[in-house]
Amino acid sequence: MNSVNTTIASEVTQPDEVAVPVQESKPAETIIEEGKTVGKPFSDDPKFKLRDVEVFYGDAPAIKKISLDIGRNEVIAFIGPSGCGKSTFLRCLNRMNDSIDICRVKGSLQLDDHDIYDPKRDVVELRARVGMVFQKPNPFPKSIYDNVAYGPRIHGLANRKSDLDEIVENSLRKAGLWEEVKDRLDANATGMSGGQQQRLCIARAIAVSPEVVLMDEPCSALDPIATAKVEELIAELSESYTIVIVTHSMQQAARVSHRTAYFHLGHLVEVNETNKVFTSPEHELTESYITGRFG
Amino acid sequence: MQPANLLLLTLVLAIVAYWLGYARSRSLAMPLGGIRHLKSLPFYYGARAALWSGIPALIVLGLWAAFQGKVIQLIVIGGLPDGMMPATEGEASLLLSKISNVASGALPPGFVEAPIAEAAERLKALRSQSQFLMSGLVISVAVLAGFLGWLRIRPRLNARAQVESILKWVFFACAALAILTTVGIIFSVAFETFRFFEKVPFTEFFFGSHWSPQTALRADQVASEGAFGMIPLFTGTLLISAIAMVVAVPVGLLSAIYLSEYAGRKVRGVVKPLLEMLAGIPTVVYGFFAALTVAPFISDLAASMGIEASSQSALAAGAVMGIMIIPFVSSLSDDVINAVPQAMRDGSLALGATQSETMKKVIFPAALPGIMGGILLAVSRAIGETMIVVMAAGLAANLTANPLETVTTVTVQIVTLLTGDQEFDSAKTLAAFALGAMLFLATLLLNVIALKIVRKYREQYD
Repeated sequence: MNSVNTTIASEVTQPDEVAVPVQESKPAETIIEEGKTVGKPFSDDPKFKLRDVEVFYGDAPAIKKISLDIGRNEVIAFIGPSGCGKSTFLRCLNRMNDSIDICRVKGSLQLDDHDIYDPKRDVVELRARVGMVFQKPNPFPKSIYDNVAYGPRIHGLANRKSDLDEIVENSLRKAGLWEEVKDRLDANATGMSGGQQQRLCIARAIAVSPEVVLMDEPCSALDPIATAKVEELIAELSESYTIVIVTHSMQQAARVSHRTAYFHLGHLVEVNETNKVFTSPEHELTESYITGRFG
Repeated sequence: MQPANLLLLTLVLAIVAYWLGYARSRSLAMPLGGIRHLKSLPFYYGARAALWSGIPALIVLGLWAAFQGKVIQLIVIGGLPDGMMPATEGEASLLLSKISNVASGALPPGFVEAPIAEAAERLKALRSQSQFLMSGLVISVAVLAGFLGWLRIRPRLNARAQVESILKWVFFACAALAILTTVGIIFSVAFETFRFFEKVPFTEFFFGSHWSPQTALRADQVASEGAFGMIPLFTGTLLISAIAMVVAVPVGLLSAIYLSEYAGRKVRGVVKPLLEMLAGIPTVVYGFFAALTVAPFISDLAASMGIEASSQSALAAGAVMGIMIIPFVSSLSDDVINAVPQAMRDGSLALGATQSETMKKVIFPAALPGIMGGILLAVSRAIGETMIVVMAAGLAANLTANPLETVTTVTVQIVTLLTGDQEFDSAKTLAAFALGAMLFLATLLLNVIALKIVRKYREQYD
């Protein structure tokens, strides 16, 4: 397995945290039963219906038989130690793993009852519906306006300049950035502070009116004040969007999410209402993680 | 001893000095309780001793070798009887070559005047003396300086700092050598260029539209006046470079985009080295490919369409030059495109952009300054290219923009002006230097602009 992992690391441009399975102490393996998740993994009104999802890098399994529902307008947080597969799993939801040659996905993944990995499926349309915000703010080296207008222009969402202006303004307002940048929409986005850049990326993602926003550790590169602003924003966005957030901060998961999913070595160990996970975890691995015994 | 052997001996002495210095530092350190009581590692004491022994000896050797010829000449000439003293520099050099011919045995002593034969004997004696003296001096300097250096080794001596600072100067000297060479070339070209402009007015060279450098060699010879207008040549150069860029930029850029964004790892591993192999083909091979394959093909093709084309055309030379430059453009662009962070691609793809939209709207604009820099470097390469145009473009200096006609370029004219036996004081030969200077200025300007652009681009992501 080791040799396979090194080839992944050296030959593929790795996204920030695509899980490379890490061998940990044996006991954890014996506690986990493959495909079995404690708590409440299913939902009555699922946006995503994911069944027996497996992901491989070459021959190395990164995700092992995960089944999960993500509800409509729900904020669900993925937590777990580094390398547990939470980012890999997140990136399956809008097929961002496609760009990695050796990555294979098995199982059934459905968005509103339509298969995400259907070969005939239009990835462009999928990604327009399932937006994504990355760990490190990645504004394009263009003006603030052009960054936000990028998606709407590609998808032809505005017929007139005034429509586009309106989309840009609305998106920036929703991202809580309008007041800060309305006088310098033509300024280059790379000149903004890190927190502003990340909120700009969120504005850019919601400008194409997605139904789901995936967030891959959106605050890990930000200072506490910027983090607070982004978290506030997530809470507001949860009224109109389904949000899946990967985070390393358990406090953040506790603050922003309705449900929390705990991943371990490619397994989904436990999913439950957030306060339940943090107050009375059912699985002993979850308990060890949230009490800080490892991770 | 010959200077080359002496050089070798100096190096051997330096190595000996190294080992002696190394050993001495260790033997000094042992009574103190090991090499950790030395200020530097033994290696540095050895290296210091080697440098002490080698550098002064090399300097002496270099100076001696540089000046001995001149000094010996002066002595030999000075020793000639009054009646034979050369009046001019030209006579002196004639006399000297006669003397050295006798000395080397090429001319039997019986064929020349007695004083010359004597002078030749003196020359031989002086030469062997000089070599003997040089050997003695260099070896004694090496040994003496090495010994002094060895003697001064103390545990508290910071040999490392000394070696570092000497090495710094050695590196500086290497860099300075490269720069001095450039400066030397500039000066020699500039000097001849000034001499050219003494014979031909500025205005004719820069604004003349007629190039015909044949001038009369003797006063009574019937020949054309000679015309030195550089415009047809620079038009030819620009025309061929433009054709080359029309071929190289789209093909090179698009193949770079394919390789960096679309090709799988396996395809890339095969295609990229193959593409770069184009850069390894000697230009003379490209030249006969252009002259024997492409040019006739183009003229036949044009003839079949009823267009008149000469057998040597700007198009043939330009197209082949473009092929030669493709790897240049593609590998520079590939580097720049790869330098655009992956996060940009992810950001765009995650918004639902296709791969080509991502390329067109995000990666290409971000990489554009770097690509422009690469293209400008390729242009200066095309302007300076000689062999292909010599073989495929022809020699007639036509002022034309028709790619099917034969044109000539600055580089081709320099080659034709300077090959073969040429007198170096006519406007014809000096014109080559003026053209070279102009070419140098043009490519220098392009390189400066290209580097500026590339540097500006770098600042964006750092």
